[in-house]
Amino acid sequence: MMGIAKRQFDAVVVGAGGSGLRAALQLSEANLKVAVLSKVFPTRSHTVAAQGGVSASLGNEEPDNWHWHMYDTVKGSDYLGDQDAIEYMCRKAPEVVVELEHYGMPFDRLDNGKIYQRPFGGHTSNYGERAVKRACAAADRTGHAMLHTLYQRNVRAHTQFFVEWMALDLIRNSQGDVLGVIALEMETGEVMMFQAKSTLLATGGAGRIYSASTNAFINTGDGLGMAARAGIPLEDMEFWQFHPTGVAGAGVLITEGVRGEGGFLLNKNGERFMERYAPTVKDLASRDVVSRAMATEIKEGRGAGKDGEFILLKLDHLGADVIDKRLPGIREIAKKFANVDPVKDPIPVVPTCHYQMGGIPTNVQGQVLAANALGKEVIVKGLYAAGECACVSVHGANRLGTNSLLDLLVFGKSAGEQVVKDIAADVASLPDLPSDYADKTMARLARLDSSKDGESVNEVGSEMRRTMQLHCGVFRFPDGLADGVEKMLKVGERVKSTFIKDKSKVFNTARIEAIELDNLVEVAMATMISAHARTESRGAHDRSDHPDRDDVNWMKHTLWFKENNRLEYKPVQLKPMTVESFEPKARVY
Amino acid sequence: MLDGRQNDRIRWNCRRGLLELDIILGNFLARHLDHLDQEQMELFKELLAYEDNDLLDMVMERAEPVNSQLSAVLEMMRVS
Ligand SMILES: Cc1cc2nc3c(=O)[nH]c(=O)nc-3n(C[C@H](O)[C@H](O)[C@H](O)COP(=O)(O)OP(=O)(O)OC[C@H]3O[C@@H](n4cnc5c(N)ncnc54)[C@H](O)[C@@H]3O)c2cc1C
Repeated sequence: MMGIAKRQFDAVVVGAGGSGLRAALQLSEANLKVAVLSKVFPTRSHTVAAQGGVSASLGNEEPDNWHWHMYDTVKGSDYLGDQDAIEYMCRKAPEVVVELEHYGMPFDRLDNGKIYQRPFGGHTSNYGERAVKRACAAADRTGHAMLHTLYQRNVRAHTQFFVEWMALDLIRNSQGDVLGVIALEMETGEVMMFQAKSTLLATGGAGRIYSASTNAFINTGDGLGMAARAGIPLEDMEFWQFHPTGVAGAGVLITEGVRGEGGFLLNKNGERFMERYAPTVKDLASRDVVSRAMATEIKEGRGAGKDGEFILLKLDHLGADVIDKRLPGIREIAKKFANVDPVKDPIPVVPTCHYQMGGIPTNVQGQVLAANALGKEVIVKGLYAAGECACVSVHGANRLGTNSLLDLLVFGKSAGEQVVKDIAADVASLPDLPSDYADKTMARLARLDSSKDGESVNEVGSEMRRTMQLHCGVFRFPDGLADGVEKMLKVGERVKSTFIKDKSKVFNTARIEAIELDNLVEVAMATMISAHARTESRGAHDRSDHPDRDDVNWMKHTLWFKENNRLEYKPVQLKPMTVESFEPKARVY
Repeated sequence: MLDGRQNDRIRWNCRRGLLELDIILGNFLARHLDHLDQEQMELFKELLAYEDNDLLDMVMERAEPVNSQLSAVLEMMRVS
């Protein structure tokens, strides 16, 4: 095998979004030698898109506490979230948000100087009594401000960034330990080995597996593809949150903050239909409830538009002043992507793929969990994951808005702390690399570089997105899923022979997109196979043939393995760390 | 870097954290990339160096560009 350049670090972090930056900060401040790889400049990571805010029971506006937050999160997850992890996250929330404030995060403030908080879907006071103000925001730029704050802090702590580097594969030895990643420098097309004692995946979500998606194009699930190829299972991949309000046709998101500030949804008859589906919190019910209500209105012929294909989001009654002050981006977005001015007319919206609840299985310390030869769950030595690519699981079958940015901070930090601990406990030098460590990756690249014909990356990608949208969307039907599995198996075959005309190495975007498609297909396959097998409806997984949640048979996490599309299951952790368990109840708002 | 690959680098720099920009810049690339004169190209590159939200604000006319020459290219983006 030709020689591959090697660099050695204590830790390599793949991904420079909120979770990667938060983890890297923990490492650099402990004086470890840290490399952070990112496909794009850190502050252009998808976290930049988060507008609504980050949740924490600070109680700055009205009484609140972590136990109410925990209740909301458990209930929001439709009881699939692990209650120990949820307790951990909700208890830590005030600490990590205040810490971020001290790092210089420009949160909106109240007159008394405390952080301003607003209500957000699914967050309530006193165990579901009424909506509570729990979301902390920096205008409509919460994610942007978070990335900047954390990036500056990392620069100060001497984190080393490798920008426009794309990680391709994990390296594991025969004991299953992870020894680092192989990555590609886009500018030169050269491949390099990043050897490290610890490897942390923070590559974000894979929302681009659907054709209607709020996610930026970089969200291709690379970390999940890398894990799957390395024999690590993907957990609960059937659960994708559809955001109720993506602009029809474009996917561009209209923040839930619009409903937080008083906007509401109408069907074609001008009826505020959420009053029927969620009488108490109405338009502020959690996302799956709102999405399902919208889909039902559309399915039953009460959608607006020429073909009854969308729902209307009304906010003109708020007045131009409130809209411009509290929701500054919304007006122009609606004009540009929906061609309406919301000060006068409602915005056409549809449920749009938004967030991946599943991911790489981890514990609360970010340690990745896989099965050993006997099928027992074990920690993968040297591998950690945090953020949207990970499944701790705190979001279960459905994430509450603003809980994701919280997840990045809490588990980015705890994963970082664990890496620091593990490296301190094991001062041994880096383990040797197996001699064939790069063979599979190099073969994948060599195929792309040498093939003379084959499948078009675009066509295979479209077929995947169409299949997922049609067969595994917000509503799922048994025959649709069965056909979907067949179609995805074909996509899985076709992607093995993708072909690119441009063989150059330098900034070859066609080559990058072909590699990204490999990862997307792993994720889409995991999703379709897992969804087909789960014969119940829970949270975001909604099946016409099994409309109810089935706690007797399905109170368990799915684990999908790439090898033979094998599925296994593991129990949900119903026991919190210190408090009583929240017993499963019907989830009504 | 090789001049011939300039467009490829630019294409990648149009991959952003905001879907809005992916769409706007994607349309712009498809329509204009091969026809930009040198001055427009320089201005386009200057715009791409901005942070996502700042660039989007300029395209959306929520913020004025610091350099008024950028307006012409921003206008091309608006109508792409
Ligand atoms: C429009 C929108 C609005 C949202 N608003 C909110 C909100 O208000 N509140 C909330 O809590 N959540 C919100 N979310 C969800 C939240 O923003 C995301 O879940 C979160 O930002 C994900 O962060 P991350 O750190 O996991 O990944 P990302 O921010 O997506 O970062 C991934 C990083 O990995 C890098 N990367 C990926 N693959 C590779 C590779 N192969 N090699 C090298 N680097 C790689 C990327 O370059 C990037 O740096 C929103 C999501 C969307 C789509």
